[in-house]
Amino acid sequence: MLGRLSIHDLQHGPIVLGGQISMALMMIAVVALLTYTKRWRWLWKEWITTVDPKKIGIMYLVVAILMLLRGGIDAAMMRGQQAVSVGANHGFLSSDHFQQVFSAHGTIMIFFVGMGLMFALINLVLPLQLGARDVAFPFMNATSFWLFAAGMALVNLSLVVGEFAAAGWLSYPPLSELAYSPGVGVDYWIWSLQIAGVGSLLSGVNFIATILKMRAPGMSLMKMPVFAWSVLSSMALVIFAFPILTVTLTLLFLDRYFGMHIFTADYGGNPMMYVNLIWAWGHPEVYILVLPAFGVFSEVVSTYSKKRLFGYTSMVWALMAISFFSFIVWLHHFFTMGAGANVNSFFGVMTMIIAIPTGVKVFNWLFTMFRGRIRFTSPLLWFIGFVVTFTFGGMTGVLMAIPSADFQLHNSLFLVAHFHNMIIGGVVFGYFAGITYWFPKIFGFKLNERLGIYAFWCWLVGFLLAFGPLYILGMMGATRRLDHYDASMGWQQLFIVAAIGVAVIGTGLGLQILQLIVSIRDRNKNRDTTGDPWNGRTLEWSTTSPAPFYNFAVIPKVHSRDAFWAMKQVKPEHRVEQEYEDILIPKNSAFPIIIAGFAFFIGFGFIWHMNWLVVAAFAGLITSLIIRTTDDDSEYVLTADEVRKLESARPKVEAL
Amino acid sequence: MSEVLAHQEAGNDKTMLGFWIYLMTDCVLFASLFATFAVLRNNTFGGPSGHELFSLSFVLTETMILLTSSFVCGLAILASRSGNKKAVMVCLAITFLLGAAFVGMELREFSHLAAEGNSWKRSGFLSAFFTLVGTHGLHITSGLIWMSVLISQISRKGLTMPIQRRLALFSLFWHFLDIIWIFIFTIVYLMGAI
Repeated sequence: MLGRLSIHDLQHGPIVLGGQISMALMMIAVVALLTYTKRWRWLWKEWITTVDPKKIGIMYLVVAILMLLRGGIDAAMMRGQQAVSVGANHGFLSSDHFQQVFSAHGTIMIFFVGMGLMFALINLVLPLQLGARDVAFPFMNATSFWLFAAGMALVNLSLVVGEFAAAGWLSYPPLSELAYSPGVGVDYWIWSLQIAGVGSLLSGVNFIATILKMRAPGMSLMKMPVFAWSVLSSMALVIFAFPILTVTLTLLFLDRYFGMHIFTADYGGNPMMYVNLIWAWGHPEVYILVLPAFGVFSEVVSTYSKKRLFGYTSMVWALMAISFFSFIVWLHHFFTMGAGANVNSFFGVMTMIIAIPTGVKVFNWLFTMFRGRIRFTSPLLWFIGFVVTFTFGGMTGVLMAIPSADFQLHNSLFLVAHFHNMIIGGVVFGYFAGITYWFPKIFGFKLNERLGIYAFWCWLVGFLLAFGPLYILGMMGATRRLDHYDASMGWQQLFIVAAIGVAVIGTGLGLQILQLIVSIRDRNKNRDTTGDPWNGRTLEWSTTSPAPFYNFAVIPKVHSRDAFWAMKQVKPEHRVEQEYEDILIPKNSAFPIIIAGFAFFIGFGFIWHMNWLVVAAFAGLITSLIIRTTDDDSEYVLTADEVRKLESARPKVEAL
Repeated sequence: MSEVLAHQEAGNDKTMLGFWIYLMTDCVLFASLFATFAVLRNNTFGGPSGHELFSLSFVLTETMILLTSSFVCGLAILASRSGNKKAVMVCLAITFLLGAAFVGMELREFSHLAAEGNSWKRSGFLSAFFTLVGTHGLHITSGLIWMSVLISQISRKGLTMPIQRRLALFSLFWHFLDIIWIFIFTIVYLMGAI
């Protein structure tokens, strides 16, 4: 009945117990608060069943920030361990636990923080920027989110029931095969990624259709804001890359569950096939994360420099070029496979070439700032921090693109420092800039600027302290994923500096939480009544903050790039009054969370070998899909009169 | 209400595009499985190769059944354009039966292989074979479920606009699986039998 699950799977050491207790306390607090304030109904009607991308975006944001804290604690434990676990001292983590921690850290940060922040911003901003009322498939969008949440729930459940994977964030076979990882950890990994990955794939389809079909009249592709372009290129990567992930995870699952021999070391399996497949997804994945961050920077730099973006066309071409090249560089993750000199040099050269369009973008941003009226707000500071760290990280990347050098640096801490340089400096800084920039549009009030600037400096300095030493350690021969080393290596001082860096980053994170609290406290002081707090250029600023659930009472007409900027140049007396019209609004639905719930139980059933649960949940999933897709009554009409009533009760956008 | 009608048309347009994009993702999915099969096809680990296992005449029958089902599915679309509800249902029912026959034959092949000790556990080659062909079979099976839902809907609601749209999407899906099968037939069976 319970498959492999037994009472022993609930027993853990003191550190995990601490995590469990804090998780339980948090949940109890949330439940108590909801019950005390009688908010359950509100939660269900306004949030859980919503299909409004603006609300879905906020839910992505909440999940991603919670996961950032979890992943951050994992990071602190790793660097803490490495700072003290020298010679006779073996630190506070056992080897097995340490392995679970670094596997969970990578998995959580990429899938549930990076992807979460990205989909949060896309949901919150993209439809508004396109002058659209919604995404192409609102119901599917909600389903994507709940699948993402189900995957997240599985990762965190592994902390309580059973264990997590100890085979690294990409679970290479043969280590991740049943013979060497007999526990449920790898299965948790497989199923949380599989479920969240299907959600991402659906989002990819959804946002491409949104961009291609839902733009405001007059907005040709080359008049789109660059953020929308970056989303288009990133989602194009999603639809090509994520099916590969789906296949790879499924094949590993088939090996483990049905005793196949696709990636096993014996019976004619080929583990290197897994490594090829996972990186054919994995390399585009890092571009999936970073391209929208590039889009954010394009908006931020142009707005705070009060100039139109320099080199729009080359920006678009650079995005497309990066998307294309990102599919032919995957082998640089394993030059050491021994594919031969010709193959390695092809992938080495391609890897160096991909730096060129990225360089084009950096120069375009800098030229946008050149002779602009620059306001050094915190989003712009994130941008400047990004340029410095990302360019440096890009250069270490080009260094490792030389196969002969890579044989030395492969799997060393140099590599770890390199990709954190790209992901923290590029992705994380980018999304922080985006969150600060669009915060008033989402919530109706600005974030506290002073604390934001403090947090930025903590992150930047902390980042340099935490990862600078890793470059040196990598050169000194320290490999990644070490939980213990000998004192004679002479590494400890540098590891201690790195640990201090993590503490400084942690302070930055703490300041951001404080910033959020202070901003909520002072929300009435910082309220954005104009709809356009930064003197923006694109359509999202042409509606109120926060936008009404139908986004625009009248769909704007676009004549040029920076459409809102152009509208603001037209004198008020020349503007034409426009007629309200009926609007079709999708109805809320409980099916997204139901479908994701069944997906969760399919995963849980497979992890613990409870076949009855898999069958039951699968039947439930199919049934709910059928019921939903045959429902022809999923929208309602908001009449022009109702729109007029709603509009007259709302503040006007000042600039228009 | 013209706004609402225009919205419905736009909705059709979006759904079509979205479904095409989905089909492309499915294409990448099969491409990855084909790549895996290509890498593992010679890894028989001392077990039988495709040459010893496959019966071409059996597979050709399967292929013909699937191609015929696609043809009949096309007839269903033609009938739906002229609003002939009964013909649509008959054509769909025939498509369903042919599809079910295909799945039945595939299962028979699989169970034969397993009974002779050549299951997916035997070698890397057989693992890749069962995965690739089985994934196609699962797609066909989900097509069968979709078809039965469609048939029951048409009988209850008639050929409404949303149902016509679903029918069009289904036929895209079914033809797509046909194309995938042609590749399986060529790469797995024909090239394996050489």
